[in-house]
This record gives sequence, C-alpha cells and structure tokens, in this order.
Amino acid sequence: MSESILLGHGGGGRLSQQLIAREILPRFGDGPLRTLPDAAALELSSCQIRFSTDSFVVQPLEFPGGNIGDLAVHGTVNDLAVAGAVPRWLSLALILEEGLPLVTLRRVLDALQRAAHQCGVVVATGDTKVVRRGQCDGMYINTSGIGEALPGFSLGVEHLVPGDRILVSGTLGDHGMAVLSAREGLQVHNGPVSDSRPLHRLVQAVQTWAPEIRFMRDPTRGGLAAVLNEMVMGREVGLHVRESALPYAPGTKAMAEVLGLDLLHVASEGCLVLLCAAGVAEKILACWHALPEGVGAKEIGWVTQRRGRVILETSIGGERVVDLPGGELLPRIC
Amino acid sequence: MNYMDGFRRLEAAVHFRARLAGHGRALAGQGRKVHLMEVCGSHTMAIARYGIRGFLPEQVALVSGPGCPVCVTDPGLIDVAITLAGQGVIVATFGDMVRVPGSHATLAKARAAGGRIEICYSPLQALQLAIHHPESEVVFLAVGFETTIAPIVAMLDTAMRQGVANLSLLTAFKLVPPALDALLADPDIRIDGLLCPAHVSAIIGADAYRPYAERHGVACVVAGFEPLDILYGLDGLVEQLVTNKPCVDNQYSRVVKAEGNRQAQRLMAHYLEPAAAAWRGLGSIPESALVLRRQFARYDALQRHGLTLQPGRHNPRCLCGEVLKGKIRPRECSLFGVACLPEQPLGPCMVSSEGSCAAEYKYEEC
Ligand code: SF4
Repeated sequence: MSESILLGHGGGGRLSQQLIAREILPRFGDGPLRTLPDAAALELSSCQIRFSTDSFVVQPLEFPGGNIGDLAVHGTVNDLAVAGAVPRWLSLALILEEGLPLVTLRRVLDALQRAAHQCGVVVATGDTKVVRRGQCDGMYINTSGIGEALPGFSLGVEHLVPGDRILVSGTLGDHGMAVLSAREGLQVHNGPVSDSRPLHRLVQAVQTWAPEIRFMRDPTRGGLAAVLNEMVMGREVGLHVRESALPYAPGTKAMAEVLGLDLLHVASEGCLVLLCAAGVAEKILACWHALPEGVGAKEIGWVTQRRGRVILETSIGGERVVDLPGGELLPRIC
Repeated sequence: MNYMDGFRRLEAAVHFRARLAGHGRALAGQGRKVHLMEVCGSHTMAIARYGIRGFLPEQVALVSGPGCPVCVTDPGLIDVAITLAGQGVIVATFGDMVRVPGSHATLAKARAAGGRIEICYSPLQALQLAIHHPESEVVFLAVGFETTIAPIVAMLDTAMRQGVANLSLLTAFKLVPPALDALLADPDIRIDGLLCPAHVSAIIGADAYRPYAERHGVACVVAGFEPLDILYGLDGLVEQLVTNKPCVDNQYSRVVKAEGNRQAQRLMAHYLEPAAAAWRGLGSIPESALVLRRQFARYDALQRHGLTLQPGRHNPRCLCGEVLKGKIRPRECSLFGVACLPEQPLGPCMVSSEGSCAAEYKYEEC
C-alpha cells in the first residue's frame, strides 16, 4: 500500500520527527527553521512592518494551474503586497488528515517551496497537526506573513477622488473557474487555469508612483464585484466599470457562459486591482506590461461621484449595478 | 465565444437605441403609450443585467410576466415537499426551490433540520440518486414550464425503461399559454405586446402565439436571450404597434420552429394530461398544468405517498402576485430591499435566479 499520513505523524513522537526531518527540513530548513526553535529570531531593516494571516481550505487540493501549497504562499504574499509591503517571512501550519497520501503531501510541499523561493520569502516557523479521517478534507494550511513596508505608499479608500482610474493586472475569475472545473470534473479542452501567482513584483514596480496610488486589493473571494463594492460602500464616491474593457481568458469565459456564472463574482488569486490618479494610469500600465504577470493589465474604469454605487457600462452600452455576490457560489476556493 | 460576442455588439445596440427612439417619437405623435410584457424570467434577468430598460423611450413601458416557474409555484407544493423530507424521503430539486418560502418554512430549513434534500442541476441527476439509493424513496420536485417538462418526462421515460422503482415526481408543471390567456382576460391589465419566451417557444412553437395576435390584437415577437436578441425583439414589437400590424414574428428562428418540437410534444402527451393549477399570484387557472396520466400514477409522488396538495399560505404583504401580473414594479412592494432581500427573501420573486424582484434588486439602481 502506498504511504500515507497516519495519526501518529501528529503525535509528537518518532513518526512526527521523521515527517519533519524528511519532508519539512529538506525543503525549508536553510533559514531560521534549521534548528526548529520554538520561535524564530528575525531581523528586519525597517520597523514599518505589515503582518497578515490566512487559512487555505481549497477543494480539491490540486487544480489546473496550482495546488493548495503555492496558493497558501501566494495568498499571504499577496495580502502583504497589496498593503504596500515586501514579503519577508512566512509561518506554515499544516493540518493533515489521516490517510492523506504522502505523494500528495510532497507535491504540495514542493509547490510551496517553489512558490516561497520565487517570492523571496523564508518559511521561518511552522507546525504540523494530524486529525482523524473525515475531520478535514485532506489538508488545511495556514500561513501568516511578515513584510516590510515600502516607503511612499499611503493607501486607503478614503483617498479616492472622482476621475481616479481603476486598473487590473490581468484576466479575471481564472482561479475560481479552475477550481470549479476540477471539483466538478468538467474536463474542457483549453478550460480555465488558475492564476495563482504572486503580485509583489507588480507592487514593487510601481513604487515610483506610490504617492499617486490610492488603493490596492486582490479580488479573491467574491471576485471583482466584492472588492469594488467594499471600496465605495457608504462613501461619497462611486465606480464606473466598462464591461468591454474587462479582461477574461477565453476558456474561463466560455465555462462561465455555459454555467451561467457572472465572472465579476468569481475569485482570482493572481490579479491586482489598483486605483490611482488619472495622470499615472498609463505609466503604471506600461510598466506592468513589461512584467510577465502584468502583460494582460488593463484600465477598466474610473471613480465617479455616484455615492456608494458600482455601475457597469454593459457591452451593449446599457448601465446596471454591480451587485455583491450572494455568497454560496463557489465554496472552498481558497 | 466569438459566436456569443456577435450578439453583444455595441454598434448594433446603438442602432437599436436609435430605432427605438424613433418609434418613441412616432408613438408620442399618436399620443400613445404602449405596454410590453417580457413573459419569461430569463428575459427579465437579461434585461436587467444588460441595462436594456435604459434603451426604451418613455412611451414604451416594459413589465415582467409570470414566466418564472419558481415564482409561480404555490407554497403548498413546498409544504408537501417538506412533509416528504420529514418522512425520510430523499427530495431532489433544482437549486432555487430550496430557498422559496412555503407556508411555514423553506426546504433549506428542512435540510438543516436533518431532511435529505439534494440539489440537482439536471433531471438525470435525480434518476442517478434513485439508482444509487435503492433503499430510499426519491421524489423529484418537478417544477417547470414546457422547456423543463420535456427533459423531466424524458428522464421518467428512461427510469421506467430501466425499471427504477423508487423514484416519483411531485409535479408542478405549468403551461405558459393558459397563463397568458388569464392575463389578457384581466381588465385591469393592459398588455399591447408580448416578448415571447425563447426556450418555451422552442417546445410549443411560434404558432402557439397566433391567437393573441389574431384575436386580441397583441403584438408578439419570439426572441432569444442575448442582449441584441432582446433589443431586436423589442424593436420588432414597437414597430408592430406603431404601424398597427400585430402579428407573430419569430425572430429566434435559429432555435424556434413554427410548429415547435414535435418529438417533445409527443413524449409529453404520452405521459401527461392537462389539469387546473394554482399559480402563485394568479390563482387557479384551468388546463394550465400537466399532471401524470392515471396509468402512471405510481410515479406520482402524491399518490405514492398518500398526500394531497393543499393551497399554501403566503406572506400577505408580499406582492409577488402583482409583480408577476406586471401590475407593479418590484420596488413598489413595501418590503422590497427593506425586509425582503436576496439573502432573506420573503417571496419567491426575490429568491429565483429568474425572479423580477431579484433582477431589479441585483442590477437596477433603486
Ligand atoms: S420584494 Fe419580496 S415580498 Fe415584495 S413582491 Fe418581491 S419577493 Fe414579494
């Protein structure tokens, strides 16, 4: 029988030590984790830090374009990035289900290691627990991250003024549709592929215009619709978005059409929404277009005076409200 | 997707906007205002989703009709389904029905209380459930218009051929033409033109609307669901009215034939026969339902489980009935957006993905 996780792997005894020695340390042991201290000793050059945490419970664990491992790195790295920080350190807590095949765990940890390396973050501390079969869907991951704030950014929706531009760094809804297609076993030729990827380089690249950048967010759960609504809800300003400018990958769009889903409500995991003064929008776009993760960047709309409203100018030239998603669209996507 | 994009072209939409404005001026010259009804809930949603109301001149009023099967289902049906779930039966249903209020509760509540309610995306999934759970009784909540009736009956046909004995249907099959007859006979309701449904028409055929044009002088256009289909359809309707030449214009001939889908009609006629039905908001309408013929009674969930359908009680302040008759716009209901919200719907029109209240709340500025 192929190897799998046993309850004993979480018992703190020999099996636990083996798991850490064989699976964790070879991948993450060249930093503060090397001596497995109870708490990592870290040194930061700045005292302006950003701190973020997120838990990942995606089903299925592996999907077109990624798995729960790289997703767990990107999710926290991106939370730090959109706060205007350079991600530096990560914690990694694994909750494993008895019976999880070890090969799956290895694929997840490999992806996690690659992603951390790519993002320049070090896994500084961690924890592993094992729960009984049936108590979690294979595995859950929690990552917390510490990043150093980039100077110059002063982000906040309260800075928005009518005329500011809304930019997105790439196609929308790919992650949610990829997870849905994997989950429902929809095998589609050229179907959706998750956009799970880090955004910190996109943020670092636009630091020059930091004073003109008002706000950044990554549209994960609830998709672009949720992020846009959160920005203006209860405020004096509104947003105007042009449907014809929204970038979509053909496979993602085709599947959303077939299933009758509105891609505005579907999660991305590697897309940056940025609001900036009108004067710098073109420059930011040009700068993003030079990076692989920003080639599809587009300006999709602008800030208006319509209080608290997100209005979509439809492809046929009509207008409608962009509503908040209902909530139960795609469970367990991140 | 290039095929789809062809039905959403901005230039074509601009053209229709200009034509509709021209018709508006002609109507104003004649001192008239016309009322068009989009019969079908999918049209209602698409109209809101693409902002089509903004294309209409003020001489043209667009109202929603009874064409959402979830919305017109009487609460009594939900009550029976909840009773069945309480008896250990697996109730299989399309997703929207789960949140529709019955007289006292919803199927979602029944599920939370331990009832086995399974959501199906197609009727065949109900058949699969029955096959995989031979020890349980499975009841499929067979709610729908002509479009949905055909595949459900096809599923039943397969079940019978395969000898599946633990499946039955709780039918709420409704027919669109009798509901239109009832609306047109109501002196309080004024309808000059019908934007006829796309999928229902694919089954019943464009000829089914002839009586409305010929006898009642109502303009009829069968239209698809893409935004340009709808604009084209509305333009066609208003043009018929401006020129006083009401007829049936099938603008969705890429899918709808004059005579409809004969094979589906035959299958339906084999298994089902007409009966009176209670419509939420519209009351009882003769010959507006299809029920299983007597020889298939063992597949009728009511007979099989010894239950009867009682008219349900709905929230007296919910004005879904008025909305479904096109008498009021959803926002004219005092509960709209206040006590009745998509996350806590008081009436089916706010639940359904084709409901008028949901469409207006989600997409239109209130
Ligand atoms: S707003 Fe709610 S209560 Fe009012 S008619 Fe619509 S569904 Fe019924």
